[in-house]
Amino acid sequence: MGIDLAFDDHGVYSFAYLDEMTKRMIRRAILKAVAVPGYQVPFGSREMPLPPGWGTGGLQVTASLLGREDMLKVIDQGADDTTNAISIRRFFARVAGVATTERTGEATVIQTRHRIPERALTEDQIIVFQQPQPEPLRRFIPHEVVARKLHAFAQYGVMYVRLYEDISRLGHVAMSSDYPVIVNGRYLASPSPIPKFDNPKLHRSRALALFGAGRERRIHAIPPFTDVKSLDFVDHPFTVQHFESCCSLCGAQDSYLDEILLDDGGRRAFVCSDTAYCAEQRGERTKS
Amino acid sequence: MKARAREILRVERLSKTFGGRVPACSAVSFSLRQGEVLGIVGESGSGKSTLLRCLAGRIQPDEGKVLIASDDHIIDLWTMDEASREQFLPTTVSLIHQNPRDGLRLDISAGGNIAEPLMAAGGRHYGSLRTTALEWLQKVDIEKRRIDDLPEIFSGGMQQRLQIARGLATHPRLVLMDEPTGGLDVSVQAKLLDLLRSLVRELGIAVVVVTHDIGVARLLADRLMVMQRGRVIEEGLTDQVLDDPHHAYTQLLVSSVLQG
Repeated sequence: MGIDLAFDDHGVYSFAYLDEMTKRMIRRAILKAVAVPGYQVPFGSREMPLPPGWGTGGLQVTASLLGREDMLKVIDQGADDTTNAISIRRFFARVAGVATTERTGEATVIQTRHRIPERALTEDQIIVFQQPQPEPLRRFIPHEVVARKLHAFAQYGVMYVRLYEDISRLGHVAMSSDYPVIVNGRYLASPSPIPKFDNPKLHRSRALALFGAGRERRIHAIPPFTDVKSLDFVDHPFTVQHFESCCSLCGAQDSYLDEILLDDGGRRAFVCSDTAYCAEQRGERTKS
Repeated sequence: MKARAREILRVERLSKTFGGRVPACSAVSFSLRQGEVLGIVGESGSGKSTLLRCLAGRIQPDEGKVLIASDDHIIDLWTMDEASREQFLPTTVSLIHQNPRDGLRLDISAGGNIAEPLMAAGGRHYGSLRTTALEWLQKVDIEKRRIDDLPEIFSGGMQQRLQIARGLATHPRLVLMDEPTGGLDVSVQAKLLDLLRSLVRELGIAVVVVTHDIGVARLLADRLMVMQRGRVIEEGLTDQVLDDPHHAYTQLLVSSVLQG
């Protein structure tokens, strides 16, 4: 195996930061994850140059996916211009020399924290999620061995207890993000802390979705065109958030909105959380 | 003449040894029919609880068979693979613990506790889960308005009744009870025994009840098995065993009861 290098003003890096053997190990985990949709595959998570919880899992998955021809987009809560998104994008521009973009349609690899872009993804795109806690059962089952057995036996009754308790106390399911899903009719999986607004986008998505959890050392995947069902009861079907207003910048009515306080008088506005989508709607040319 | 009820459980020469030398159960055999209540009495360390755990799928016996009737055939509990066993047991066998805290989730509501095994068995209709939970609360004499309260704030007796509701709501064929009245005061015990007796008659389930309390055995059990050091030393109809004990140990056990 030849050593693949990237150069910049500061010196020489192994291409995309990780060494070749590590990337191979992660690719193997990814292949297994794709082969068993929703199953959490353990991998040897490496120390990365940012703290765990800031996207080390997503970073490692992206590093093992990138080729020289790739076009990378990084978003954090939907935005391309937040600190975390900018620093990860610059990191890969530096250690892999890949081109970066803010436009969803141009990207081949999209690393994201907590959102799926509004613009529908295509079959030649891969979306990489940064995931803090890949185990949806963890909230109820602190014991790892027990949780894995429940996955093995597909016993997910305990997850419905949460739904039952929410409905009996509040009249509706109170999980608005990280809403658990059943992938391919088999494995219970966490979609990472995306708003449940984004859950339907995972169902039969054209793009491959990969979830990397660095601290928990797990990778799972939702392959293209895979059934993804959000948990619900027959008489309390899964619903997504609805917004009464539209985006105050672009006027979009179909996007996920962030609420922004404008002044001390309590005036507020709603804007698209997906900044690239908002810009597109406004007909502006975004930076590439 | 009424046809004999269907055989629900058959145990054949079941043995379990701990640490390679302490026999907890030695060659225990018995069978149980639908609607029948079998009491197992014996002092601490006689192997009662180990036997119960082998039946509940919690401990694998070293030798012997546990055969449980399924819908249309007989299932050998310890030769089937773990995945099938985990699927089969929750809907067929229910274990009631001595301490309700072991059998309940204290951090979820009473209704949630009853609904959980139903949801595990595939219940996906909130309305009907709710109705079933309310029915069972009524059956075990807990006020309906307590349905959304946490069992943490229930009294010991109420917790035990809730555990029974949770255990029976899935309509198991076989119910295993480990000292169901242990740790409760006498008047609460009496009420609980009444409740258990009527439920068992009403539902026609097969019950194995382990107890060290001769009074409980006399009230609940049709048949009795006396265990000592892992062996069954005497068995027969409850009245027969208690009124005319043959084995020296059974005589000692019966005579040890305080006379009121």
